[in-house]
Amino acid sequence: MSVEARALAQRVREHVVDVCATVEGGHLGGSLSCVDILAVLYGAVLRVDPDRPDDPGRDVFLLSKGHAAIALYATLAERGFLPRGELAGYGVLGSRLTGHPVRAVPGVELPTGSLGHGLALGLGLALAARLDGRSGRVVVLLGDGELQEGSCWEAATVAAAHGADRLVAVVDRNDLQQTGPTARHAPPELLADRWRASGWAVREVDGHDHAALLDVLGGAPWEPGRPSVVIARTVKGHGLPFVAGRTHSHYATLSPRQHAKARRALDDFHAGRRP
Amino acid sequence: MTGPSEATGPSTRHAYRDELVRLMAADPGLLCLDSDTGLFSGIDFGDAAARYLDVGIAEHTLMGVAAGLAAGGWTPFVNTMATFAATRALEAVKIDIAYNALPVRIVATHGGVSAGHLGPTHHALEDLAVMRALPGVTVVVPVDARSTESVIRQLASLPGPAYVRLGRKPTPPLDGVPLPVLGRVQPLRAGRQVVLVACGPLPTRAAVAAAELLAGDGLDVGVLHAHTLAPFDTATLVGAVGDAELVVTVEEHWRTGGLGSVVAEALCELAPRRLARVAVADRFVDTVGSQEQILERHHVSPTGVAGRVRAELGLAADRGPSHAASHRKEIHP
Repeated sequence: MSVEARALAQRVREHVVDVCATVEGGHLGGSLSCVDILAVLYGAVLRVDPDRPDDPGRDVFLLSKGHAAIALYATLAERGFLPRGELAGYGVLGSRLTGHPVRAVPGVELPTGSLGHGLALGLGLALAARLDGRSGRVVVLLGDGELQEGSCWEAATVAAAHGADRLVAVVDRNDLQQTGPTARHAPPELLADRWRASGWAVREVDGHDHAALLDVLGGAPWEPGRPSVVIARTVKGHGLPFVAGRTHSHYATLSPRQHAKARRALDDFHAGRRP
Repeated sequence: MTGPSEATGPSTRHAYRDELVRLMAADPGLLCLDSDTGLFSGIDFGDAAARYLDVGIAEHTLMGVAAGLAAGGWTPFVNTMATFAATRALEAVKIDIAYNALPVRIVATHGGVSAGHLGPTHHALEDLAVMRALPGVTVVVPVDARSTESVIRQLASLPGPAYVRLGRKPTPPLDGVPLPVLGRVQPLRAGRQVVLVACGPLPTRAAVAAAELLAGDGLDVGVLHAHTLAPFDTATLVGAVGDAELVVTVEEHWRTGGLGSVVAEALCELAPRRLARVAVADRFVDTVGSQEQILERHHVSPTGVAGRVRAELGLAADRGPSHAASHRKEIHP
């Protein structure tokens, strides 16, 4: 397990909790569920350089589940794309840190937020790289609720038809959406089969196991000519036992008391102390 | 089923197709992105073959992929039907293309009622209203094949996004008219009493012919050709309108939101005067008819436009059928 990715994940979780305690609050649960995925990507997998953000040979990351913007901003800050101090200004007049990612934020490739756009965008970027003879990969992080949008499957089908093997999708499968379990709308157990049937190579991992994430993400694409998808089993609100796995973790504006409690809980979590 | 056809000359979509192939051969940065339209069937792209991509029947993905390709440094020409671009895939156009101000050229065929008897699911009577509402999108309606070639050439170097509305069947050329300049209203005929403003192949020809008919009545009628709805050349409009007592717009679009609205907005702010809009009535067209027949029924025709002008001026319609009553019904439904 990469010490760097583990430390990165811890700091990002702390930032997420801190930002959700600012005036506008934030999408707490869905940001926490993907922290480990982001930490492994930005800590160990993606070829990106904050000093050369336009390097044509870079890997590209798109946060298709754009409401997890806080997790992305925190990760980008920890990796040096923007100052850590800027996070405290999230949601405040004059800040460039909007509730869903925008291009004005260094490290954000394309704006997202309306679910169901990222995969087509990523496919376009992957095809652009292929036409240019560039080797960079494009990683697109999607939510499992987001996959209820048909546009995702339309893009997935086209990606497979075009053999876009530089395209890697990651599904943050936390089994929850804003109003409750995703299972009410689409059976989660069919997810892997749906991707396979769409022509993708599929791996399923524990989305909080850094070693497992590194193994599959680092090794993608696994099959030449076939795009790859990592279905990462995660917990919404992971790291905070009092919200983990709960619907109400979706959005939170933490009071000072809740903020303090959350930071203590994170300290325990990171130290391996169970409640 | 089909009315008398003036079908001479190539269609605007075939003229575009052939011009794009020429441009792609010369400019290695251009791409052609298709969605099973069939427009490029049998076309030999030669060395540019790798730059033709077909995503299939997937318009939302079409626009998202176009945006990704453009963000990756390419200049895509994107092909679909007008209504699919403007409504079906609109969110991707709005957020992925327009919001990012990417150099994507959406070339949308079957604009207006050029799909004729194929019905409302294939008509695009809202596309100009929709597309011009998106900040930064250039919206242009070429008037014939020759103009289409010129517009496409100009678009190859436009830094931002563009929407080009083309037709379906062969389009008669508008003779004696200079090539269009993107973003500029084109005066076709001088006239100070009434000014007609038109866009689109059939409406523009109707306006030109109507001006001739009205000149026979002793009226001094000017004609402006407004191929570019956005950005709109208000300066030329205001200058040409001068002291005219009446401005009449002519278009192949619902009355709401298209050229008539563009001109209404401009005149209201800059040079208020009486305006009448000749357009397709604000309802879905689900009766069978060709493009020409549908437009004739909505008075988008030489006699229809001339009749409207006479009605607005309170003149006797002794030179042709009176449309006064039906016009008033259109104005006050």
